[in-house]
Amino acid sequence: MRLKHLALGLAVVMAVPAAVTAAQAENGIFLPQFTYRTGPFAGSGIPIGNGIHDYLTMLNERDGGIGGVKIISEECEDGYNTQRGVQCYDSVKDRHPVLVTPYSTGITEQLIPRAAVDKIPILSMAYGLSASADGTDFPWIFNAPDTYWDGASAFIRYAANKDGGFGKLKGKTIGLLYLDHPYGREPIPLLQALAKDYGFHLKLYPVPLSSMQSQSSEWLDIRRDRPEWLYIQGWGAMNPAAVQEAARNGFRMDHLVGVWWSGGDDDARPAGPGGKGYTTLDINNVGTNFPAIQDILKYVVNKGKSQTPKSQVGENLYDRAVLNAVLMVEPIRIAQKLTGKKEVTGADVRRGLEALNITEARWKELGLPNFAEPVHLTCSDHNGHSKIFVVKWNGTKWIKQPGSLEPIHSKVQPLIDAAAAQYVKAHAGWPKRTEPCQKSS
Amino acid sequence: MLYREVGQYKTNYAADMALFPILQDRIGIAVILAIAFVLIPLSGNDFLLNAVMIPFLIFALAAIGLNLLTGYCGQLSLGTGAFMGVGAYACLKLTTFFPNVNIIVWIIASGFFSAAVGALFGLPSLRIKGFYLLVATLAAQFFLEWCFIRIPWLYNNVYSGNIVVPSRTLAGVPVTGPTATSLTRYLVVLSIVVIMTWVASNLVRGRIGRMWMAVRDMDLAAELIGIRLLRTKLLAFAVSSFYCGVAGAMLVFLWYGGAEPDVFNVDQSFISLFMVIIGGLGTMIGSFFGAALIYILPIALREVPAALGLPLYPATVEQLQFVIVGVLIIVFLVLEPNGLARLWQIGKQKLRVWPFPY
Repeated sequence: MRLKHLALGLAVVMAVPAAVTAAQAENGIFLPQFTYRTGPFAGSGIPIGNGIHDYLTMLNERDGGIGGVKIISEECEDGYNTQRGVQCYDSVKDRHPVLVTPYSTGITEQLIPRAAVDKIPILSMAYGLSASADGTDFPWIFNAPDTYWDGASAFIRYAANKDGGFGKLKGKTIGLLYLDHPYGREPIPLLQALAKDYGFHLKLYPVPLSSMQSQSSEWLDIRRDRPEWLYIQGWGAMNPAAVQEAARNGFRMDHLVGVWWSGGDDDARPAGPGGKGYTTLDINNVGTNFPAIQDILKYVVNKGKSQTPKSQVGENLYDRAVLNAVLMVEPIRIAQKLTGKKEVTGADVRRGLEALNITEARWKELGLPNFAEPVHLTCSDHNGHSKIFVVKWNGTKWIKQPGSLEPIHSKVQPLIDAAAAQYVKAHAGWPKRTEPCQKSS
Repeated sequence: MLYREVGQYKTNYAADMALFPILQDRIGIAVILAIAFVLIPLSGNDFLLNAVMIPFLIFALAAIGLNLLTGYCGQLSLGTGAFMGVGAYACLKLTTFFPNVNIIVWIIASGFFSAAVGALFGLPSLRIKGFYLLVATLAAQFFLEWCFIRIPWLYNNVYSGNIVVPSRTLAGVPVTGPTATSLTRYLVVLSIVVIMTWVASNLVRGRIGRMWMAVRDMDLAAELIGIRLLRTKLLAFAVSSFYCGVAGAMLVFLWYGGAEPDVFNVDQSFISLFMVIIGGLGTMIGSFFGAALIYILPIALREVPAALGLPLYPATVEQLQFVIVGVLIIVFLVLEPNGLARLWQIGKQKLRVWPFPY
């Protein structure tokens, strides 16, 4: 019966609650990071986590933080699981983060109602709730530089440009292959509206979460419907599976267009030579040929201060994360300027976000010339609806295509207004905006 | 020495039938309730309340629900997640149609919808048993999950397909929605869980519980002594689903404050089943032990490296935590196949003869 005693003892030890970590007394700006380096979305989550970590570490090493204040960054692993993400938020909330970036549409939607109460702004960079671009109804939520509706409209513009004008879309079949999840369903209302306006047929191919790695039934449908263009709104393990299936089914790769989140290097690579020509929208440039990214290599990666393999620096999702980190840091800088304080609060950073204006010149100053389109946010527009790049996979890496696409603003804005109104109506008692507007700097 | 019932005479039937016949048990439960109702709220730790205690209690209630069905009535089920979902969606629809009725009334009432659906999907249990029944309930899981995604009416036509929780108050204090403090929500959850646990533990000690156990142990014999199988099994499905439904409604309204349909997927069903099996089939306290082991242990384990000052990456900690929890589950089940509740019982027995064991 020794073993039983052991088990009993073990149970008693387990029952003793684990010691709670002492709150960090260190001074600085607390910028927690929610990551998913584990689970089925790790393929997308790892480069994202690395990029943000490395850029923030680089600022700490090179400049001693932001405006002389060290950045305290801490990762919380959520495995892209909404429940775990909310847990992460609860664990960091009391330490007064100045900004959170959930990196999951599901987690973002959970946190949106809490942001105003906790006075912690949320930056969901080009993901999350499209309606939260409306700053009047969502003063604490920012989803710059583009919404999924901007993305889907840019895709239609791209298709029209290639086919020779919007008029040529009439009668054509355009498919949407999407993850059957709040994130994946986002572009549907916009594409439906555009289908009505331009007269193309929209076919929907939902991919359930449970079968995202084997999309054979969806591709059977695609083979049957033979859509002219196929737009992918996927994430994690769904993307490489979709590209591989497209190659196997002989779909024209240059007519397969992914949203920016379907543009990981590891999404396109597994398809081998068959993946050549796969196109995705993008909001950032790719490669390492930027002074700031060289600094990351010099101060962080080459010194072994990160988990990033050197080959990953400059990949599409890694650079996306650097863009995200810039959008986290710039508002803090502006907030420091606006308030004159060094250690800003969440409320200050919210003001900073509303005054965010990264011009072409500012991108250059940041050591990232032509890295992204200018981002300009205002009190009422928390998105900016920037122009969108296109990148093409050449078999080994992404190549940025010349020019950029303007989203179809006239179609996107009414949808945002309607969706924001619907959201506010569904949340009985949604608070009216009381925060004063920041004059643009 | 401390835990002995010697000299505690029961002089009437009521004392003999009491839920906690031993004085020390009564003191123990009073201490636990005092900690739960006074000490934990006083600590005022938001993380403890919101990320540990509220979900723990909710999962424990779901585990009790499944335990009534699987542990007491012997009917295996993998529909827990879906039945929780029915409760959540029912609560959403009820509070949408009747916003002025107290939300706590609706949280409890949503259990009835879940009970009805549970009884419906329990019908095959008369014909099929064991693993075959498990498969039949799995069908319920998939069908209901499909409904949650595909029927926009259920989530009030919100285009993202998520449940959106409106703000509701109780005597002027917000109970749901973003302005509700974790303390309020914790106290509401705790009260509901305590009352429903009390009801359940009395239910299983009475006529109904005995009928369930008779069916569990041998349904043919139960039928011969005059227990009507259909009614008994359907009642078990209904009561079990009622508990799961209330747990599901609390999950969304008092913890998440909004949810995607994916919350009620088959993983939730499996986790509830694991909680019941590891905690101990056919015991009330086992449901709490199981929920604690599966839900709280990983959170505690994640804090260990930080508390010891080990410089591990969070992702590494996450992987380690999967390994350790997995190993512990096997260890506990190998050492005591009847679950943690049995260990608890052995411990009490040892305590009874301590310090002079024979």
